[in-house]
Amino acid sequence: MLDESLDALVTAANDGITFDGLEVTPTNGSYTVAVDGESATAATDAELRSLVSDHPDHVTNWYFWHAVAPQKQDRWSFLRWLEGANERAVADRYERLEAGIVETWGQLRIEVALVDTDGNRRYSLRHEDDAGVPGEELDTHTDPLDARTLAKHDDDGRYRPLKTAPSLQTGWQFPDLTADQVVSAVDFFYPATSSNWHKEREGELDVSHWHETVERQTGIYGVVETWDRGEGYEHVNWVAEACCDDSQCLKRREWQYDEETELDIDGGDGSFPCREPCSLVISAARKWTKLEGEQPATYEFELTPSEKEQIEAIIDAVAEGKTEEIREADVYDDANRYRTRFLRAKLFDDEGNLCGVDTEQ
Amino acid sequence: MQALVIAAHGSHLNAGSSTPTFEHADTIRAAGAFDEVRESFWKEEPPFREVLRTVDADEVHVVPLFISEGYFTEQVIPREFRLEGWDPEQWDSDGTSASSTTLPASDTGQTVHYCGPVGTHDAMSDVIVQRAESVTDDPDVGEGFGLAVVGHGTERNENSAKAIEYHAQEIGERGRFDEVKALFMDEDPEIDDVTEYFESEDIVVVPLFIADGYHTEEDIPEDMGLTDDYRTGYDVPTEVDGHRIWYSGAVGTEPLMADVVLERAADAGADVTDAIEQVKAETGSAHASSD
Repeated sequence: MLDESLDALVTAANDGITFDGLEVTPTNGSYTVAVDGESATAATDAELRSLVSDHPDHVTNWYFWHAVAPQKQDRWSFLRWLEGANERAVADRYERLEAGIVETWGQLRIEVALVDTDGNRRYSLRHEDDAGVPGEELDTHTDPLDARTLAKHDDDGRYRPLKTAPSLQTGWQFPDLTADQVVSAVDFFYPATSSNWHKEREGELDVSHWHETVERQTGIYGVVETWDRGEGYEHVNWVAEACCDDSQCLKRREWQYDEETELDIDGGDGSFPCREPCSLVISAARKWTKLEGEQPATYEFELTPSEKEQIEAIIDAVAEGKTEEIREADVYDDANRYRTRFLRAKLFDDEGNLCGVDTEQ
Repeated sequence: MQALVIAAHGSHLNAGSSTPTFEHADTIRAAGAFDEVRESFWKEEPPFREVLRTVDADEVHVVPLFISEGYFTEQVIPREFRLEGWDPEQWDSDGTSASSTTLPASDTGQTVHYCGPVGTHDAMSDVIVQRAESVTDDPDVGEGFGLAVVGHGTERNENSAKAIEYHAQEIGERGRFDEVKALFMDEDPEIDDVTEYFESEDIVVVPLFIADGYHTEEDIPEDMGLTDDYRTGYDVPTEVDGHRIWYSGAVGTEPLMADVVLERAADAGADVTDAIEQVKAETGSAHASSD
């Protein structure tokens, strides 16, 4: 590829080149060449070719980013970010690329490495939890389209309606992807994340806040707008705490109540932004709109202090998705199944009412 | 460069909902007519709001993988894709004759050729017939057979019934089947009484749905009396009231659906003639009968 790269570079030199520490400036038929700050002059195309061929890494690096990597801005920037191209000079970067540079994107572990002296990169992709697993123990995939299937279910075989939930299944690898393919695979695992990440870096992320998003809804979701009754935004804090926490979604929530009103809940630490309430949030909000329209009632229950704490622990365990982790015989855990069944046996009447208290009074 | 985006409903609950969309997209990818093909969903990701930014092409054909013209194709998709200046009048449709229109997307500036849904395209009639061939495993099925085209009905959208009736009439006029009827889940003539509407002993029942799910896998088989409990399954054909019912499941899972997506894009000016030929050859009746 070096010859091909040199041909392309000499052709492009007529328009001047400034890229990653390599500068070629055409002046009256000759060229001024600067590599990492050191200058020289080339009187002819042949001299230019000879001069830059002493810096093969710069030549192949220039070629890779102009003729091999996808040119769509967000894809290009994402790939540059993967190898730290804006922070690391070519010599340092190429040395690191020999061994492989690793980045994390959500739960994806992405490694980029040089495969030859021509500057060709190989990208490999696996779950971050599989970082130390020998390749032969993982299912090997070559087609980025497979990512759609891998993204569908978690390790327990449950459907993942939210692609950016932190429940990506493990046990697979894409060991050898091209630049185009890795971008495509990442987009199948985490759709639109690199596009929105790029927009954010450029200061162009088009955030749609809660209020304008619910205002836009029609059909069965039109009702969500009525939840905003000018009573502040506490309800939206609860929605964000329920759905958008890092434990539920790896996107970093950038939407707020509206342009002027920030929510009180942290948006999370994700690498890529969330630009508007997603369809899961809107669906859940439709249910909450109906539930929150109810008037509170006063109920009287008699519980021992431990029973009150146990109910709190059960709610906590369900909310954190911890019920599966609580061991069957761990009766010391308040949310243990036997403990919970005991509570139900003791406190529920035949109709399932807590302490025999009717819901309708 | 030309790109295709398939806009489908998707589901928060059912993992299989997106499967036909992926399969048709892959058939079209393999045909190579578009530089890029991307699936997009109302309930899954990438959402309608964000799919265009993931596509490199300046010109994008958007084809809704929906059965009827109405709420989703006229309100939701144009709004969420941010199609500037959209007006349903631009399709000049009577409810089953949507064409296409070209509009800019306000967030990305891309030119979008917004097409009518697959469900009301003429080529959909061929897919229904192909579905009948697939379920009977007979490329010449027709003589001695009745065909029931089944739809949801008018619960939310009057055009929903129009699409079903349109294809039933179109296939009926071909004279291939002894009888062709449109039946519905929630209005007369109802699918529950399917055997009362046909004289033919053999009846092929094809539901006009994009994906298999609750309606096509649970409701319809139980309503027709194929089974008392969908979980125990049913035979194809199943004998009901002296008729043999050949129930096909959702028409949208038929591989030939990929052709309808391409036809929609072609009608909107996409250069996909060769791909249409290839997809028809791979997924059409010639292919089915050689299996």
